[in-house]
Amino acid sequence: MSSNRKIKVLVAKPGLDSHDRGAKIIARAFRDAGMEVIYTGLRQSPEQIVVAALQEDIDVLALSILSGAHMPLFTAIMERLRARMISDILVIGGGIIPEEDIPELKKIGIREIFGPGTPVNEVVRFVQENANQRG
Amino acid sequence: MIEIDELVKQVLRGDQRCISKTITLIENGSPGAREAIALLHPHTGGAAIIGITGPTGVGKSTLVEKLVKEFRGRGRTVGVVAVDPTSPFSGGAFLGDRVRMQGLSADEGVFIRSMATRGSHGGLPRTLRDVVKVLDAAGKDVVMVETVGAGQSDVEIMRVAETVVVMLSPGLGDEIQALKAGMMEIGDIFVVNKVDRPNADKTVLDIRSILNMKTEELGWRPPVVKTVALSGEGVDELLDEIRRHREHLKSGPLDERRRRKAESEIEEAIRQRATEHILRALKRSGRFEEVVRRILTLEADPYSAVDELLTQMLKS
Repeated sequence: MSSNRKIKVLVAKPGLDSHDRGAKIIARAFRDAGMEVIYTGLRQSPEQIVVAALQEDIDVLALSILSGAHMPLFTAIMERLRARMISDILVIGGGIIPEEDIPELKKIGIREIFGPGTPVNEVVRFVQENANQRG
Repeated sequence: MIEIDELVKQVLRGDQRCISKTITLIENGSPGAREAIALLHPHTGGAAIIGITGPTGVGKSTLVEKLVKEFRGRGRTVGVVAVDPTSPFSGGAFLGDRVRMQGLSADEGVFIRSMATRGSHGGLPRTLRDVVKVLDAAGKDVVMVETVGAGQSDVEIMRVAETVVVMLSPGLGDEIQALKAGMMEIGDIFVVNKVDRPNADKTVLDIRSILNMKTEELGWRPPVVKTVALSGEGVDELLDEIRRHREHLKSGPLDERRRRKAESEIEEAIRQRATEHILRALKRSGRFEEVVRRILTLEADPYSAVDELLTQMLKS
């Protein structure tokens, strides 16, 4: 059988953000770069996000957040990923996340944070170079 | 490398992580995929496989979400495979069906997986049938397959599902135009969604009159169910019709459909394997190059050249 591997990305919106323009832009960029992208929609709990990650067997989890609640939410997500034994996926974050929180977030397992205004190509390239491929 | 034996054992127990990994293995055609399928096959046949198809925007994902909830309310476990097209330009895909079903993520009795078509000629992913088998073997009572009804994937869904639900909605333009011949032939149940819109009754009438004109499978007249998927109106009626069709199938036609499925699976497998084997042998022996040369020098056309080659190969 021929191998047909694609990078699978889950773009997730934890918390109570009311719009997802940025998330959709990055999702489309991933698709245009040849990846298979699943989008969760708005207002996702950590549990919903992790179950989706598990069932879709993703390579990359891209968390998009604007509300400022990144610390508790990302921490909860990382804990649940570990509990489900899928914490080896590449987790990145984007949106409104203050610089001073970045070191702490990296410590809990978020590989990179991309602030607003980061060129979309940069995010895509990072994912292409760092995604773990499964199967 | 996970042991396939152990992986399959966990799938049979319903372990979500192992179900997910096995689906990936099969989707990618990775080493171990064939072994996994072989081990899972004896455990299939327990699930009712339902196909939901229809044009984009008709409300399939919304309806699927409501159907899943209704099945769950009746104590059934459910698997959902949601198919979306791979972009022929980028090779990527936006798998946007899960968005409307994320409310179900908290339910352990539901497993949702999105799949891209990955450039398959028939319009459905080549590995779809095997992915459905994983969910079937894992013990799901119902497996729903959601696809976009466009071109060949209309008919393809018949080879995967046992009950095919065709969804339409009013205001799709020319309703008759939208009712492509293929769609009318494959539907076991028809749904007109968004009946809160104007012209809904006309759409229902149009479909009924077309259905009246076709010859029916013995004992089954495809019903037309009216729904408003957003509010859940009509969903319990749809479920009753699905159950009624299931009973009809069990009284005879199910065996016939399974036989046809098995036949088409064999043909598909032969096509794949034979092509692999033959091409590999030809390239290794240099005969492939020889055939290319004969075609380029206009000595032979491709079909005659291959026919000659195959006759020789099969004789030896």
